[in-house]
Amino acid sequence: MPAPASIPSRWREFLAGCRDESPILLGVAPFGMIYGVLALGAGLDAFTSQAMSSVVFAGSAQLIATRLIHEGTPAAVLIMTIFVVNLRHALYSASLARELRPLSAGWKALLAYLLTDEAYAVIAARVRRDAAGEPSPLRHWYFLGAGFTLWFSWQLATAAGVFLGAQVPARWQLDFTLALTFIALVFPALKDRATLAAAAGAGVLAVLGAGLPFKLGLVLAALGGIAAGLLVEARS
Amino acid sequence: MTSSVAWWPALVLGGLLTFLIRLSFIALLGRIEVPPLLSRALRFVPAAVLTAIIVPELLMHGGAVDLTPGNHRLLAGLVATAVALKTRSVAFTIVAGMGALWLLQAFLGGS
Repeated sequence: MPAPASIPSRWREFLAGCRDESPILLGVAPFGMIYGVLALGAGLDAFTSQAMSSVVFAGSAQLIATRLIHEGTPAAVLIMTIFVVNLRHALYSASLARELRPLSAGWKALLAYLLTDEAYAVIAARVRRDAAGEPSPLRHWYFLGAGFTLWFSWQLATAAGVFLGAQVPARWQLDFTLALTFIALVFPALKDRATLAAAAGAGVLAVLGAGLPFKLGLVLAALGGIAAGLLVEARS
Repeated sequence: MTSSVAWWPALVLGGLLTFLIRLSFIALLGRIEVPPLLSRALRFVPAAVLTAIIVPELLMHGGAVDLTPGNHRLLAGLVATAVALKTRSVAFTIVAGMGALWLLQAFLGGS
């Protein structure tokens, strides 16, 4: 007979995941609101702006998408840009593959959908804590709690931003918050000479390529910057 | 104004690709490791992508590079950079950058 305690312990794992994810929300909420404001500013309607937060569900890619949509970029370039910006998630997928191996296909798909930077940070910390002993067989509920908390807050923050965006006049120039947000985020990513080279290469190429058709400059600058980083890393 | 419906196919495809990237190695049951070159390259994605957005936004004004004080976003961006380096806080960086932009606009006029 299955232990009746198994349902509450699922909940305990789920709620522990929610709790451990919650400190991160302080940083995520303004980010989601800025996205909502920028999506409306780019000319998207409220429904599409909100839907992108569940369809794409990736902060940086969504913010960059608002800029490309604003400039009327061709769809193929928009898709390619989202792909390049989100490719880093393949690393998270690889790092959790063994941990999620016993789960059903449905659970794998659900957790993969929820696998953002912020959820990965909390999930990876739990995996590290469990490394010493045998992990709980209900641990996926913890992962779900962390992922769901972030998803739910992202939807709420988007809604708040969409609401706010409808009240803000264009002369406030809130589109500048995209560059400002990224200025704050880029410095922790500049850890050594190779990452500095990646940034410098991408910055120069982005200016040189700004006049390219189809707004291809951003993708080319990102790829060129990555190549510059690899070159410098290989030399040292 | 753009038509929102026209963007739906691109957004759905972008979302599907994002999901498939996240599912990739999980679906492969952990039997396949990330190719070493890809894993080394992905380390540079944040630095490259973020900078590729920031630099034209600050240096370019009306389609050309503009390093004069008339480029308010460049000045406001430099203020924000100083605050970002000092505080490492997204909130303070945005407040400082937008505050500087609005002040420049109010006192120097133009765009």
